[in-house]
Amino acid sequence: MWFPRLASDRILRARPVDGPFVLTLKANNTERVYCLNQAAERSGLIRDMSFADARAFCPDLMSQPARPDLDMRFLATLRRWATRYCPWVGYEGTDGLVLDVTGVAHLWGGEAAMLADMRTRADRSGLGVRLGLGETRGAAWARAHFGDEHSTLTDLPVAALRLEDRMVTALQRLGLRRIGDLTAAARAPLARRFGPELMLRLDQATGNASEPTAPEKDPPHYATRMSLPDPIGLTEDVMGIAARLLTPLCDKLKAQEMGARSLCLTLRRVDQGCQKVELRLAAPLRDPTRILPLFKRGVAEVDAGFGIDQIRVEATQVEPLPEQQTGSRQNSPDQLNDLITRIGTRIGLENIQRFLPADSHIPERAFSIASAAYSRPESGWSALRSRPISLFPPEPISASGSQPPVQFRWRRMRLTTGRAVGPERIAPEWWLPDDNWRSGVRDYWKVDTREGRRLWLFYTPQTPGWFVQGEFT
Amino acid sequence: MSMVIDASACSAYVLTMRVEFHSVFPLRRARVHEVCGAGAIAFASMAVRGHVLWIREAWLSETLTPQGLLPLVDPAQLLLARPKDQVDALAVAEEALKDGALPNVVLDVTRPLDLREGRRLQLAAKAGRTTGLCIIPDGMGSNAAETRWRATPVFDQEWEDSTLMRWEIIKNKSGTLGVWHVRWNQQTSRLDVVSPVGERPDFTGASG
Repeated sequence: MWFPRLASDRILRARPVDGPFVLTLKANNTERVYCLNQAAERSGLIRDMSFADARAFCPDLMSQPARPDLDMRFLATLRRWATRYCPWVGYEGTDGLVLDVTGVAHLWGGEAAMLADMRTRADRSGLGVRLGLGETRGAAWARAHFGDEHSTLTDLPVAALRLEDRMVTALQRLGLRRIGDLTAAARAPLARRFGPELMLRLDQATGNASEPTAPEKDPPHYATRMSLPDPIGLTEDVMGIAARLLTPLCDKLKAQEMGARSLCLTLRRVDQGCQKVELRLAAPLRDPTRILPLFKRGVAEVDAGFGIDQIRVEATQVEPLPEQQTGSRQNSPDQLNDLITRIGTRIGLENIQRFLPADSHIPERAFSIASAAYSRPESGWSALRSRPISLFPPEPISASGSQPPVQFRWRRMRLTTGRAVGPERIAPEWWLPDDNWRSGVRDYWKVDTREGRRLWLFYTPQTPGWFVQGEFT
Repeated sequence: MSMVIDASACSAYVLTMRVEFHSVFPLRRARVHEVCGAGAIAFASMAVRGHVLWIREAWLSETLTPQGLLPLVDPAQLLLARPKDQVDALAVAEEALKDGALPNVVLDVTRPLDLREGRRLQLAAKAGRTTGLCIIPDGMGSNAAETRWRATPVFDQEWEDSTLMRWEIIKNKSGTLGVWHVRWNQQTSRLDVVSPVGERPDFTGASG
């Protein structure tokens, strides 16, 4: 199965375009045509020509940047689809699939009927496909790329043997244009002239050398499900079934050395309604006895209606979790992670945070706040000068001059300056836009008031004004 | 009818029945305490030892700074929880106190706690053998608290980078009340009790 225009078909399926259309990919600093549709082919464009030339040929050309990663994913989807014909399906390059249909054609009413079915389905979904059927993988490839399913192998050009361009040109110069010419020629001089690869490819096409099809493994699927003969409604029953479902799921996770980061418990009710209980974990986990209690809160909130008759547990997000030696020392972080998870189900996992050091002299940017579940605690804190213990948005006070005021009012308090230490000038980081620092440089003062409060004041010399921004211990 | 309170007799009582600082200050474990006043945040960071979960409602714009906490508590040992309202904050505090994974829980209270809520926190702390500390606005304490403190910063004429504070214990379920002037000693990372307030020369009255 060869999809000659896989990439552009993928885009055009979603958004059809009348007229020539190409996908461009930047290679060696030039935009080149990566894939093109039939209309573009008709107007004389070819693959790998530069995009500027293509536009000169065809002024109304439409284009879009190519995304080979998405194309690969699309091909993976097609591979899964192709397992409807036979279980052994592998990739063939980046735009083809190889199906080992030995012994399955009769299920589709013969080979011709099977190919017709493939072609109809591909056409219906807007995919250009070329099919080749052969006794060997090489023969099938040759028919798909250079002929049709009825063509005889010996009539096809030598390029159909999956040879390098250089070798094809050399063979043509010798007058060996068709595969039939090659099979008729003596092997020994050819092998000496072109190396073993030519003979290997020829043998693979004719069936003298084997070339197995490696079926792609399905990615592991972390979900388990149980259907019940009679609907249930009690929380304990649901939890009991969840326990029975979690055990095989966790065994599977353990076999793959993975841990679940988020889980989803889907409860299907008899009236076809669905209720979902989502669980996000603070650390990857695969221990059913620890996951189960975390579901308790969510399950208790579920409305069972007339009863639940199907329960499914899926690990929606998994992370590698290698085996670790457990001991008494490991106990504490596990307990803490469980606590974070339990609190996270209530207030959201992103609302449990920790401080991480950041490199900035701007006081409010000298640290960053990260979600505790997705970060490790970091040391390496330093404070060259004493910093306030709490910061708030700057609150203006009425004062003038570049020296701290002797008396000022702040938060309805009349305060008297007892001692002022400063100034410490902090300039805004001009490379980062920050509206709070529009007023320019700031001269910070630590002001100890006679009333006791130790405040962090700043003066903005460029737009005169005094503000209170923090409080010391 | 009028009642006359003999101020001198009251202060003499406080002086004679003075409670020792070390008997109340490392706050009793498995209990919930309260602190109010302008120095409450500093009190909280000096009172905790080891890992701490600090619960502050998300709408509060005032933020703690790790650089400011650095002399008092290691920022790496601090976890912040930002619940959306006090109901969630109390639920988180109860869960964390009961669990015992973190030895300290600090809760910023924004509306008065009633006896039921205070008692629930107290029971949770007892179950998890953890210390809870509520930072309360003045006069919003709950009767269930083990101790209640008022911490106010005090102007220090002698020292420049001083952390002199006046700590007053205004409620104590298992003892009497007392007042101390304390100062954080950065070199030793511990608290120095300067001298009881009764024996200090009165220069704090210089307020304007």
